[in-house]
Amino acid sequence: MVTPNTELAYNTKIEGDIVVTRADAVINWLRSNSVWPMPMGLACCAIELMAGASSRFDIARFGSEVFRFSPRQADCMIVAGTVTYKMAPHLRRIYDQMAEPKWVIAMGACASSGGMYRSYATLQGVDKIVPVDVYISGCPPRPEALLDALIKLQEKMTRTGGTTKRLLTA
Amino acid sequence: MSASAPAAAASETDLLALLQGAFPAAATRPTGDHPAFKLPVADVPAALKLLRDQQGFDFLTDVTAVDWDVEASPRFSVVWHLHSTTHHGYVRIVADCLSDTEPSAPSVVGLWAGANWHERETFDLMGIRFTDHPDLRRILMWDGYPFHPLRKDFPLAGIETPLPDVEVSEITGATVKPAPMMGGPFVASTGEMNLTEAEPRAKDESWNERSEKPAAL
Ligand code: SF4
Repeated sequence: MVTPNTELAYNTKIEGDIVVTRADAVINWLRSNSVWPMPMGLACCAIELMAGASSRFDIARFGSEVFRFSPRQADCMIVAGTVTYKMAPHLRRIYDQMAEPKWVIAMGACASSGGMYRSYATLQGVDKIVPVDVYISGCPPRPEALLDALIKLQEKMTRTGGTTKRLLTA
Repeated sequence: MSASAPAAAASETDLLALLQGAFPAAATRPTGDHPAFKLPVADVPAALKLLRDQQGFDFLTDVTAVDWDVEASPRFSVVWHLHSTTHHGYVRIVADCLSDTEPSAPSVVGLWAGANWHERETFDLMGIRFTDHPDLRRILMWDGYPFHPLRKDFPLAGIETPLPDVEVSEITGATVKPAPMMGGPFVASTGEMNLTEAEPRAKDESWNERSEKPAAL
């Protein structure tokens, strides 16, 4: 049957206030635009993390201005700095206290690989104790690099499949 | 601060005379900057008290130690750095530990409360026991860490040990592992060069953990 409607765009007058999409897409979209970071500031990189949060770089533009110092309220741990073996178990415990779903950004050379600290005291990469989603190179990385990592993480979140299924079976 | 503190720092000779008056074994020590004296380890607290009360050295800037060599005897020396907030002089006191295997020195927490953490650090990293210290726990490494990392027989890369937290070790399977040296420790370069070249890096990249350092020709 041929209809006279030649409009290609969504027309609320005809179709009503309904948007058809997949639940996964909506949930991922919501999640990726309100990532609440857990600032795991352990060394110099944390200074760049703070710069990223303040007005010049303004991480709020990507929905992540709500830094939470309680792991219960955060979804993304940003490990910014040198992780010593003494600190490593505490970091893992804080990660364990974060509610699912959760993500980890390893910010800077130290968090990613131990950086220049090839010594008895430094964990050689935070991925030895927590799963890392995005690594940022640099010593320290500039705040733009952190924002880039956040955007990459958002892309990863929107690509995630099976979100709804996981929610319903959880 | 003692009322009798002198207005100017005493000369090395005068200080030596003063110390030898009370401790006949006191001797000067080769130094590149400030006066330095060697004393029997048991005399140190009394000597530091003398310098503090009579010579105006009222500030203990540092307590540290030297590990001369694994084979050396005496192997360990403890070093105390004093400063005067009135005449701005410095003096350094060094004492050899009597034992090479269980080195110890008397604590000076009774003279300067600030010695507490310095002594804990020296105990943690060098394994010097400070007798009569009120709370001699490790300060940088965690309680239960089995080594003293600044000793000469401890490799920079570290020695495999469990993580401080057994539960986290079990969940993650992680342990304290020797760090990959990949051609030696990372050191920064100085001089006229661009920043990329000056960045800390291994000086000898001809070897790493997988392909061992070639034997010297
Ligand atoms: S990567 Fe560099 S800037 Fe960042 S914590 Fe390590 S040493 Fe500091």
